[in-house]
Amino acid sequence: MKEYRTISKIAGPLVFVEKTEPIGYGELVNIVTFDGTIKRGQVLDTSDNLVVVQVFETTAGIGRDSGVRFTGETIKMPVGKEMLGRILSGGGKPIDGGPEIVPEKRLDITGAAINPYARASPNEFIQTGISTIDGTNTLVRGQKLPIFSAAGLPHNNIALQIARQSKVIGSTEPFAVVFAAMGITKEEANHFMKDFERTGALERAVVFLNLADDPAVERIITPRLALTTAEYLAFELGMHVLVILTDMTNYCEALRQIGAAREEVPGRRGYPGYMYTDLASIYERAGIIKGLKGSVTQIPILTMPGDDITHPIPDLTGYITEGQIVVSRELHRKGIYPPINVLPSLSRLMNLGIGKGHTREDHKKVSDQMYAGYAEGNDLRGLVAIVGKDALSERDRMLLEFADLFEQRFVKQGYDEDRTIVDTLDLGWDLLSTLPVEQLTRIDRDLISKYHPKFKAGATKE
Amino acid sequence: MEVKEKDSKIDKLGVLKRISGPVVTAVNFDAHMYDVVKVGNEALMGEVIKIQGEETIIQVYEDTSGIRPGEPVVNTGLSLAVELGPGLLTNIYDGIQRPLSVLVDKMGNFIERGVSAPGLPHDKKWEFKPLVKEGDKVIGGSIIGEVQETNIVHKVMVPPNQKGGTVKSIKSGSFTVDDVVCVLEDGTSLTMMQRWPVRVPRPVKEKLNPEIPLITGQRILDGLFPIAKGGTAAIPGPFGSGKTVTQQQLAKWSDAEIVVYIGCGERGNEMTEVLTEFPALVDPKTGKPLMERTVLIANTSNMPVAAREASVYTGITIAEYYRDMGYDVSLMADSTSRWAEAMREISSRLEEMPGEEGYPAYLAARLSEFYERAGLVITLAGGNGSVSVIGAVSPPGGDFSEPVTQNTLRIVKVFWALDAKLSQRRHFPAINWLNSDSLYLDTLHDWYDREVSPEWNTLRSWAMEVLQKEAELQEIVQLVGSDALPETEQITIEVARMIREIFLQQNAYDEVDTFCDMKKQYDIMKSIKLFADLSATAQAAGVTPSQIIGSKAKNELPQIKFIKDYKPELEKIAKEMDEEFNALRAAA
Repeated sequence: MKEYRTISKIAGPLVFVEKTEPIGYGELVNIVTFDGTIKRGQVLDTSDNLVVVQVFETTAGIGRDSGVRFTGETIKMPVGKEMLGRILSGGGKPIDGGPEIVPEKRLDITGAAINPYARASPNEFIQTGISTIDGTNTLVRGQKLPIFSAAGLPHNNIALQIARQSKVIGSTEPFAVVFAAMGITKEEANHFMKDFERTGALERAVVFLNLADDPAVERIITPRLALTTAEYLAFELGMHVLVILTDMTNYCEALRQIGAAREEVPGRRGYPGYMYTDLASIYERAGIIKGLKGSVTQIPILTMPGDDITHPIPDLTGYITEGQIVVSRELHRKGIYPPINVLPSLSRLMNLGIGKGHTREDHKKVSDQMYAGYAEGNDLRGLVAIVGKDALSERDRMLLEFADLFEQRFVKQGYDEDRTIVDTLDLGWDLLSTLPVEQLTRIDRDLISKYHPKFKAGATKE
Repeated sequence: MEVKEKDSKIDKLGVLKRISGPVVTAVNFDAHMYDVVKVGNEALMGEVIKIQGEETIIQVYEDTSGIRPGEPVVNTGLSLAVELGPGLLTNIYDGIQRPLSVLVDKMGNFIERGVSAPGLPHDKKWEFKPLVKEGDKVIGGSIIGEVQETNIVHKVMVPPNQKGGTVKSIKSGSFTVDDVVCVLEDGTSLTMMQRWPVRVPRPVKEKLNPEIPLITGQRILDGLFPIAKGGTAAIPGPFGSGKTVTQQQLAKWSDAEIVVYIGCGERGNEMTEVLTEFPALVDPKTGKPLMERTVLIANTSNMPVAAREASVYTGITIAEYYRDMGYDVSLMADSTSRWAEAMREISSRLEEMPGEEGYPAYLAARLSEFYERAGLVITLAGGNGSVSVIGAVSPPGGDFSEPVTQNTLRIVKVFWALDAKLSQRRHFPAINWLNSDSLYLDTLHDWYDREVSPEWNTLRSWAMEVLQKEAELQEIVQLVGSDALPETEQITIEVARMIREIFLQQNAYDEVDTFCDMKKQYDIMKSIKLFADLSATAQAAGVTPSQIIGSKAKNELPQIKFIKDYKPELEKIAKEMDEEFNALRAAA
C-alpha cells in the first residue's frame, strides 16, 4: 500500500493531503505518526490535487512527517455472534481484556437505507413495566423512541429499567441489547455496567464505550458501529435488538466541531445545516424487515441544553424519531420517579401496538381521557396559585385532584417495579373513576360499562 | 412550450475532478443545466446544477462513497423526466421515480446504488380503447383513447408539447406502453406513454378561480377553514402536533379522484404505515381500496438528499398529468421543510452565498413556483381538472417566524396552524382555531348555501364568534376564576366547550368519526346552537347558569360522533334537551 508524506495542513480533526493518486470518497485512511501509532480517519472531500481526511482520534502527534495510507475501502466493522457479552471501545476495539473479535462478516458502517417497501409495519407491543410508557406512550418493536432529558435527571435509570424489564408478552424469541456510550463519564458508564452485571444482562449485550476523555471525533463512528452490530444481530441472526445510544447531545457536539473545522456555513446555533440528514442516517436504522425475524428498536438518550426542547438537537431528533419520552425536572423535584412528563411525551407508533389483539380494547381511550384530565388539571394549578382553591368550581377541583393523583399513583413507581399492562390500565380506570362519569367524554359507554370500577359487572350500584 | 432534444454534437463524456458528498465536479464536459448524467464507473444518476468555467457541478441521487477523481461522467442529454402512462397508480416510488418494489427485487431490502428502474411497467399489456377515429384532428393534450388502469379510467393523451395533426391510423386492443397505438398524418407515432421533465410545469389552456371545496370529512377543515379544489394549503406545526396524521387523513378521505402523497425526507416506518394501511382502506365513494387512486412517493430522511430535492417535482408532475385527463387531484407533501433543507444542503456544498438561516436565496422563488403549479384549470383537451396542494411545514422549535414557514404562508391561501399545546391535551386534530385561516370562505360561500344549507354560513360565523369570545373570556378566567364571570358568559364558556369537544375534536382512529360528511357536520353544529338558544331563553326566564350547565340531556351529544346512523339518536337528544329546559323554565 502506498504511503504519502504530503500533508499540507492540519486543522482540528482535519488533515489535508496533497498530490495523491485518485482517492475514493469516504475511504478509510490510516495515518502513521513518527512513533508508529496508527490513527484512523475517513475521506471527507477528494479531488485530483487535494484530499481532506477527518481523523477519528486526536491529531496529536500527526505532522508533516506522518505517513498517510489510503486503504481503498470504506470503514467496515467486523461482526460476529461472539460479540455478545463483550465491551468495546468507541472505535470498536475490545477493551475488556478479552481476545480480538473473530469476524464472521465485515460490514460497511454507514449502513444503507432500508427500502420503505421492504419494511414491515411495527405493531408488537413491548411491555416496559413503566406505566407512563406502556399506558400513555407505548413502545413497539422496531420503533425509535428517544428520551429527552437534561443534566442531573435520572434518564440513565429509566433507560436501564426499560432495558431490564422490556418484554413482548408471550414471546420467547432471542433478544439482545446494544449499548453505545458517547462522551459519558466513567462514573455513568460504571453505573450502566454494574446494572448490566447485576441483572445478568451483560451476557446478551454488546457495549461500546466512548468516554468523556476519549477523542470527541470518535463519537461520530460509535453509534454507526453499534447500529451495524445491531443490524447484524437482528437481520442476519434473527434477534430482537434494543439499542441504547447515550448521549446524542455529545454526538451532535462532535458533529459541530467537525463542521467548524471545515469552515462550513453553520445552520442554527452553529450546528451544521446537514445535521437533520446526519441524525436521520442514525435514527432511521431501526425497524423490521418483511420476511426477516429480528428487529431493531432504538432508545437514544439526549440531554437538552438548558432544558430547552426547541434546541436544535432535541428539535431535529423529534422530527425524525417516532415520538419522545420527556423527563421533567419539576416532577423530579417533587420526588417522583420516573419523572416522565406525559404531556409533551408522545409515541407515534402507539396506535399500531395497542387495542384489541395487542393490549386491551380500552387502551387508546383510557389513555386519551387521562391525558385530557391531567392536562386540564395541570393548567388549573396555575390558576390556584392566583385565586386559591376555594374560587374553583366543583368540576375544576376534581380535575386538580385528579392531576395530583395521576402523578402520585400513575407516574410514580419503583425502580424495580414491573407493572403489567393490565395493572397499568386498571390503575388508569381507578383514577378516572374519581371523576364524574359524564366527564369521560372520550370513552364510549360500552367501554365504561365494561371497565369502569363503578359500573362493571360485580360492582355495587350506587 | 416545447422541450427540445438536446444538441447531439456536444461532448458527452467527461472526467470527475472532485467528490464532496452528494456534490461532484466534472471537467472536460459539455452539458446543459439540469441534464441528467451518469457518474463514475457505477453510473450513478445525477443532475447538472451549476456550470462554472471549465467545471460542471453535478448533484448525485445516490451515495457517492468510493467514487474517485478520474472516473468517467456521461451526459444522457436529457432532462430529469418522469414516465407518464398507465401503471402509475398504486405504485410507490423513490424521489426519482424508481418503483421501490422493483428495487427490492433488484437489490434486496436495503437501498444500494447504481440500479436504474423504469417508472412504468414496460412488459404489462393494457387494453386500449380508442376515442378518436381516422381523419379526426388532434392537438397537443387531446385525449385519443382510454385504458382501465384501476377503477380509474386512464386517459391517453397526445403529449402537450406536440402540435398534433390529423389521425392517420389508430388501433384498438392490448398493448404495452411502448407499442405505437396511433399514427398522425405527418408520421408522428404515439404510444400510451409520455415523458415529461419534472421541473417544467405541464401547460394548460386556462387557470380558473376555484369555487368548490375539497371535502375532507374533517370537521374543522370543511366546516371552519375549507380549502377549494385547486387551492393551496399549508400545515405548519412543531413535531408531535399531528401533521402527519392530518396529512394522512386528507389523503384517505379527501374527495379528490387521485391522490399523490409525497413522503419527503420523513420517517421510514411512517411510509410503511401508509403502505400497509391504504390498500386495506376503502374509498367511501367508490367502495374500492384507496390505493387504487393513489401514487406514493417515498424518499425517507436517510435516502440520498438530492433525490429528496427531486421528489417534490416528481410528485407534482404526476399530479399534473392526471389533472390533464380531467381529474381532481390532491397532492400532499410531507414535509416541504425537508425539501427546503435538501436545497440548503446542496446549496452549501456549492458554496453559494446563503440567505436567511443558511437557506439559499432562491428558497422563496422555488416554493412559490411549486405552489403555483396547483390550480383549477381548463385542460388543453378542453375539460376541467384540478391539483390541490397541501404542504406540511416543520418549523424548527415550532417557531413560525423561520424562513420556510414564512415564505410558504405568503403563497398559500389556507393555513391550518397545528398547536403542540392542543395535542398535549389530546385535542385532535390539533389545529388551532384562532390562528388558522382560509381565504376561500368568500368564494365557497355559494356552494355551502346551495349544497349544505342556507343556514350554514351563519352557523359557521356564530361558532367562530363563540370561540373567539371564549378566548377573551379565558384570559379573565385565568385571573379571577370562572365563578366571577357574568351569568351569560358562563354559558358562553360552556357552549364554546361543546363546540371544541363535540365539533372540533375528531377521532381519526374511530371507525365512524374518522370521516364526517357536511350534512352531519351541519346537524352537529345545529344541535349545539339549539343548546345555546335554549340556554339563552332559559336564562331570560330566570334559570341559573349552574342549572343550565348541569343539565343532563346535552351530555349525550358527544356520542353522536361515534354513531353511523346518528339521526334518530340526535332527534331524541334534541327532544330531551327541549323537555329538560321546559322543566327548568317551569321551575324557575
